[in-house]
Amino acid sequence: MDARIVEELRAIVGPDGLITSAEELRTYDSDALTNFRVMPLGVLLPESTQQVQAIVRVCHRERIPFVARGSGTGLSGGALPVETGVVICLTRMNRILEIDLPNARVVAEPGVINLDITGRVMAEEYFYAPDPSSQSVCSIGGNVAENSGGAHCLKYGFTTTHVLGLEIVLPDGTLVHLGGKALDAAGYDLAGVFVGSEGTLGIATKVILRIVKRPECVQTLLAAFPSTNEAGAAVSDIIAAGMLPAAIEMMDRLSIQAAEAAVHANYPDCGALLLVELDGPVAEVQYLMTQVNKICRNNGAWEVRVAQSDVERALVWKGRKAAFAAMGRISPNYIVQDGVIPRTALPQVMSQIEQLSKEAGVRVANVFHAGDGNLHPLVLYDRRIDGQEAAAEALSYKILEICIAAGGSITGEHGVGEDKKMAMSKMFSEPDLETMQRVRCAFDPLQLSNPTKLFPRPRLCGEQPGKYVVHPLEAAGIAERF
Amino acid sequence: MDAGISSQSTHAIAVFENSARAIVGGQYVRAANAGDIVGGVQPQIVVEPGTEQELAQILKLANDGDLAVIPRGGGSKAAWGNPPQRAEVVLSTARLNAFVEYAWSDLTVTVEAGCTVKQLRETLAQVGQRLALDPLWPSRATVGGVLSSNDSGSLRLRFGSLRDLIIGVTLALPDGTLAKSGGKVVKNVAGYDLPKLATGALGTLGIITRATFRLHPMPQETCTVSCLMRDVGEAQRLLLAVQSSKLAHSALQIRFVTSMPPQMDVLFEATQAGLAAQVEQLKAILAPSAVIEPGPAVWNARQELHSAARDNASNSALAKISILPAQIAETYETLLAITANRVHFQAVVQATGVGCVYLEGAPTEFGHALQSLRAKLEAAGGSLMVAHRPTNMAALDAWGDPGDALPLMRAVKQQFDPKSTLNPGRFVGGI
Repeated sequence: MDARIVEELRAIVGPDGLITSAEELRTYDSDALTNFRVMPLGVLLPESTQQVQAIVRVCHRERIPFVARGSGTGLSGGALPVETGVVICLTRMNRILEIDLPNARVVAEPGVINLDITGRVMAEEYFYAPDPSSQSVCSIGGNVAENSGGAHCLKYGFTTTHVLGLEIVLPDGTLVHLGGKALDAAGYDLAGVFVGSEGTLGIATKVILRIVKRPECVQTLLAAFPSTNEAGAAVSDIIAAGMLPAAIEMMDRLSIQAAEAAVHANYPDCGALLLVELDGPVAEVQYLMTQVNKICRNNGAWEVRVAQSDVERALVWKGRKAAFAAMGRISPNYIVQDGVIPRTALPQVMSQIEQLSKEAGVRVANVFHAGDGNLHPLVLYDRRIDGQEAAAEALSYKILEICIAAGGSITGEHGVGEDKKMAMSKMFSEPDLETMQRVRCAFDPLQLSNPTKLFPRPRLCGEQPGKYVVHPLEAAGIAERF
Repeated sequence: MDAGISSQSTHAIAVFENSARAIVGGQYVRAANAGDIVGGVQPQIVVEPGTEQELAQILKLANDGDLAVIPRGGGSKAAWGNPPQRAEVVLSTARLNAFVEYAWSDLTVTVEAGCTVKQLRETLAQVGQRLALDPLWPSRATVGGVLSSNDSGSLRLRFGSLRDLIIGVTLALPDGTLAKSGGKVVKNVAGYDLPKLATGALGTLGIITRATFRLHPMPQETCTVSCLMRDVGEAQRLLLAVQSSKLAHSALQIRFVTSMPPQMDVLFEATQAGLAAQVEQLKAILAPSAVIEPGPAVWNARQELHSAARDNASNSALAKISILPAQIAETYETLLAITANRVHFQAVVQATGVGCVYLEGAPTEFGHALQSLRAKLEAAGGSLMVAHRPTNMAALDAWGDPGDALPLMRAVKQQFDPKSTLNPGRFVGGI
């Protein structure tokens, strides 16, 4: 980067707000998807909206791309730096600005940790509902960018359900306010579009959140099944009975073994484990829990336990939330997928994955949000063995194709980012993607904000979408468009 | 139209009409009549395409011919928004009313935009499911119209509004593009959330041709509990008390009529086992006031006010307001002060802070009253949308101030509809 620009940026954030040395930059060269690594030109650590604006204005003037980053826990490479750009890391903007209990709203800066929102309103028995597994470290700004989910979004909805308003620094440095504390602000629902845009439309500097009153009672049931087929049938019966549990999670044998090895959650050794959480008024929960218990037994569950106390519940969840990290116990390397399928396609998709796994000689552990069909197949491999990584990657990609073919999605909560941008063309047609890019062009005509992510190809904003012309390399069979 | 239409546009319309007949068939193209007037502007021609592809072609045809298009579903909320700057073609989704896919065991449904809410409800009810939404005039309102106008009622408290229920959309754009976004599964973060962009856009970015929704089971049992409040202060206090309790109610509203005590209604949807305990808890919160169980009709209150405004077209106005739940009492006091006994008003406000205000009296009084109310609400972070106004009321923008995001909204409009073909001038800031 030009020394003049470096000095200008340093003047904005102060000497300890700019990182340019190679060894320190290494901390920021990837997010939690560590197989992609790019060294940025520099990392900026602003402390205020004004500083973010000033940085973005410089970037805009100099045409320097920028990537916003929160805690860096993303699993799709969304915060992966751009080689020719800077990273704007929002972790120092971590103040909770307002707590409004009568209206159940919290206003927070983007660097606030997800769980800290709940921490601040817990005494009054409120909580912030979206609960990604990384909630003790991930930031609200990152949650907004990715539209993070979590186990309880089956009942409570996703980040987008709980974000009512945003203060945004647009990619030209302009400050705008979208939505607000009150609902249905005049105009387009641009807050709704911004949430989940993966940092490609600008940087959120303030977030208005909805908080939720704690339910009167929470009960978690753990049921052991011979296989995922029986467990899946139980899930269908629970939904068909008209219930909307707070969460329904499933783990297969391999992930149960890993979780046991890692956190000793005291799970039964079985082919599939179902975790069903119900919350609400006591009488309602008790009645429905009896129904769930019956449904599980009717579908072949040979052990059913109901965790009553907070301590028991915490232990049950500990194994589930630690499942990804626990894979380290049974495999040196793994790829996490995030495909979604219509819930009813579960048995068929599971057997397809099993078949592929056998053919490729690569093990797949399955952990999923069974209530909403969000699969997290963990493709296990050993990088040291020749060809295993390639086989694992190929298998992982095939799983996404299976999800699309079943009428689902390539990502339920981790985002597209760098990782799955090529798969976007499998899920969406060219006109679909072109139409999304129109939004991009309205927010960021120069494509400076997290460029190269989310879409398989950039689109020049001046150009009218025209007819697709086959590239000579494609015509010659040398290159293929995904 | 007083000055008639220029010969150039007459020619353009004639060209359009011929091509439109070729696309959809002559019987689905007709000259517009007085029943098609939108905001006092008389369109020229009405087209009813039978497929999404036909609709996209017709839209492109109009766009190419510089003809303004008014998208229309059931027409039940055609008066919403500002009067159009131009209106040549009414594009009706009436024939696009098919169920594309009803995956009932996955609790999702995909329907075409012209399907009425009633038709949707009846089909879903057959398997004990519902779209958890209570919009206005369900027998006329279509899926596309309800989405475009972002109309939701009291169930929003528990289930969210359309933005929380829609999971996929297909849009026809003025350049003829048919683009889908979102998907058929409830959980999906692939790509931009255009279903939310289309919701509440009043058809100014594209015409919704189909939508996919997440569904909910029908409740096993329901019970409505109502209670008369001593005054507005008590209504406000008890609303907040119920909201901060651990009750799992589905809806809560307060009904106000000038010079009457306000009335609060709470809806429970639960199992038989859970219902009784909740009703008892609510009674404890409301004590010593006596409660009654009036049945579900009280939930029609919002629609009754809208219908009253529609039926009493020349002497009434209706505004949708949005405030914070804790601002209900002060908003009521503001209304009292502004209307100062010259205008009779009624209001229904839900616990989400969204509600409506019905004014009745001399229309000359309304413009000022609504403007003052809007200024106060906007200063406090709220908003006021004029849904119905009598013809002799002073001109008043339907939407109010969209704030500092207006240039961005215009940029989005420019990308989707650069020639301002769709509903020109009807949305915020002249969009």
